[in-house]
Amino acid sequence: MIGQLMNLNATELCLGLPGGTKAVESPAKSSVRNKRGFSETMDLMLNLQCNKEETVDLNNATASKEKTLLKDPAKPPAKAQVVGWPPVRNYRKNMMTQQKTSGEEEASSEKAGNGGGAALVKVSMDGAPYLRKVDLTMYKSYQDLSDALAKMFSSFTMGNYGAQGMIDFMNESKLMNLLNSSEYVPSYEDKDGDWMLVGDVPWEMFVQSCKRLRIMKGSEAIGLAPRAMEKYCKNRS
Amino acid sequence: MSEDDEDQSPATDLRSQPPCSPNKSRNCISSSQTFPDHVLENVLENVLQFLDSRCDRNAASLVCKLWWKVEGLTRSEVFIGNCYALSPARLTQRFKRVRSLLLKGKPRFADFNLMPADWGANFAPWVSTMAKAYPWLEKVDLKRMFVTDDDLALLAESFPGFKELILVCCEGFGTSGIAVVANKCRKLKVLDLIESDVTDDEVDWVSCFPEDVTCLESLAFDCVEAPINFKALEGLVGRSPLLRKLRLNRFVSLEEVHRLLLLGAPQLTSLGTGSFSRGDQSQQEPPDYAAAFRACKSVVCLSGFRELMPEYLPAILPVCANLTSLNFSYANISPDMFKPIIHNCHKLQIFWALDSICDEGLQAVAATCKELRELRIFPFDPREDTEGPVSELGLQAISEGCRKLESLLYFCQHMTNAALIAMSHNCPELTVFRLCIMGRLRPDHVTGKAMDEGFGAIVKNCKKLTRLAVSGLLTDQAFRYMGEYGKLIRTLSVAFAGDSDMALRHVLEGCPRLQKLEIRDSPFGDVALRSGMHRYYNMRFVWMSACRLTMGCCKDVARAMPNLVVEVIGSDDDDVNRDYVETLYMYRSLDGPRKDAPQFVTIL
Repeated sequence: MIGQLMNLNATELCLGLPGGTKAVESPAKSSVRNKRGFSETMDLMLNLQCNKEETVDLNNATASKEKTLLKDPAKPPAKAQVVGWPPVRNYRKNMMTQQKTSGEEEASSEKAGNGGGAALVKVSMDGAPYLRKVDLTMYKSYQDLSDALAKMFSSFTMGNYGAQGMIDFMNESKLMNLLNSSEYVPSYEDKDGDWMLVGDVPWEMFVQSCKRLRIMKGSEAIGLAPRAMEKYCKNRS
Repeated sequence: MSEDDEDQSPATDLRSQPPCSPNKSRNCISSSQTFPDHVLENVLENVLQFLDSRCDRNAASLVCKLWWKVEGLTRSEVFIGNCYALSPARLTQRFKRVRSLLLKGKPRFADFNLMPADWGANFAPWVSTMAKAYPWLEKVDLKRMFVTDDDLALLAESFPGFKELILVCCEGFGTSGIAVVANKCRKLKVLDLIESDVTDDEVDWVSCFPEDVTCLESLAFDCVEAPINFKALEGLVGRSPLLRKLRLNRFVSLEEVHRLLLLGAPQLTSLGTGSFSRGDQSQQEPPDYAAAFRACKSVVCLSGFRELMPEYLPAILPVCANLTSLNFSYANISPDMFKPIIHNCHKLQIFWALDSICDEGLQAVAATCKELRELRIFPFDPREDTEGPVSELGLQAISEGCRKLESLLYFCQHMTNAALIAMSHNCPELTVFRLCIMGRLRPDHVTGKAMDEGFGAIVKNCKKLTRLAVSGLLTDQAFRYMGEYGKLIRTLSVAFAGDSDMALRHVLEGCPRLQKLEIRDSPFGDVALRSGMHRYYNMRFVWMSACRLTMGCCKDVARAMPNLVVEVIGSDDDDVNRDYVETLYMYRSLDGPRKDAPQFVTIL
């Protein structure tokens, strides 16, 4: 669901990730107290308004450091997983997870985990000598992702996404300009196997459905845009 | 195998000024009345080059200025336990002819997600400085460092005689960096990638090795999560007559291992068996795997089994009698599969496994492996509330059967003081004792008491103990024992333990050899921190996370100790508890605070 946010009390405990995660949370994320939310969420129904709320994205939540524990050592909280405990390296945890879910496609076991986990996708850029992997759960918005990719492939710019963080599909001419330029444009392969332009769906939806990223020349991406428009229109109705 | 190997002697003493002032003439050799300095230097050089041990060299360098200088000229192997203890420039200024560097970066708790990514420990400044200063560099051994493909490319280009690259628990690079090293380091003997995070850049790095006969002696890539070009690997093994150690990743099937063994089995001393399951040819008759293993006359170290098909495990029986090291820690092996195998491993000294072998399997180990020195049991299901197939029964059996045990790492759900007390009496050679009772704050499950007496017995009776990791329900009493008896302890790991500041005080005041202290989620605060100020310059680092430290106290410590870098990581400054310190990581440094600290690190 887009924009499903949970407001958690300072002392409540969140589920950690039993399979271990490759994504190491920043300290801002890992201490669950009343931190300001940082994920911009898109509500398609509300016509591209963006909300900033006190949020904790449950998919990325880790357990709090459990201050309550120190006050009452006789009763450890049940069921909750604490970050980094037991002290088994991620490397080993990942190997075990792989064994337990053996038979699954590597991509899905990397992404699915158990209700969360890293969303590792391969990123290729036309003309670059090798490809990279990014963990989409490390970013909170298209702009974040764009910055990171720009760093990775430094001759690449994602163009201007506009205030809402999404390509303004209402402005066809703007879109056409972008596509006609020789600037690089990111596209992605979604769950259905279709190649789409990045930015046409809300961020969370994108993270869920993106299987692979390809950064292609703007002029080559023209063929994608009409289909992207199609899907967009389908989602809106 | 190198998971958290203990280092043997203290870090290099890299003070910038030699200790002996010009006025003191006690032991100074540089007296111009007898011989000119340069003759003495030459003599010293010739003598000092026989000194290998770090400790000896550090001691020699303290004799006087001349010895300091000459020792600096003759040291060829440098060990740096904390990459932020000094700058690369200082290294190259003091030591002029370094051939081998061992460098460690992030603190160990970073492995458990207790520290954000991008904290630092970059290899880049080191490689760029050394590229100019040490053209004859031959060996680089890194642990928990951030290494990029560019770093590897620079390394490959700058050191024509480069021979050994060992990357343990490193990250930041991919198969493209490996490809450059393989291609450009023509004298490469060792390429060991151990538990590192290697990105799959879809580069066929195995094909990048030069086409003619190679010098390769060791190739370990079991951690590389990417398929490899098997034909190229076959070719490589075929033209590497010196190859002794080969550790394959899980993308190499049993059939492929079989083919490799037919090529080069007799020379191999160490083999990582890859997936140990059949590839796509499951329909056909399996080849005679046991015959291939029979050909491995020299194999003494066996690992791999990443996706084990248990029906093929008996194929390794021919090598069991020779094995000194066996790593089953990625294989979910039941006791019934395990016992027939271990029954033959009489010479085994190092054994790693999952707890799936159960107490029963440990009893079998105890019955057969009388030479066992090191045992590591990892959890198949690393969660707190599961049943746990190993317990005090397995530990008791090991202590009775394996009297020469020196190093233990044991994950379990339940433990008793009695088993620890027994082990403390039965295994006097223990130097490393790391017990992880996975349920936090769990007491002795038979008596219901805290685990104080058990750990107390360990520190008291194991007189050679240098490394200790504790768990379970522990009061201040356990720490009192540590302070009283743990006189040789160098590394201490504490989690969810203790009642008050006194616990940490006991340790800081009582353990004179303590070098590395890592604590998490324990009720130790400012009083405890202050009580150790007389020690911190003599320690490599102190890590305290989710304890009870305040910013004010950390600032005081930083002010009082200018050569200590005090890092506070991820503290909440816009929160109610603005004084609260989430993570403290502090270490001595000759060159002051680092310039590459990310935003979430505050250096006081």
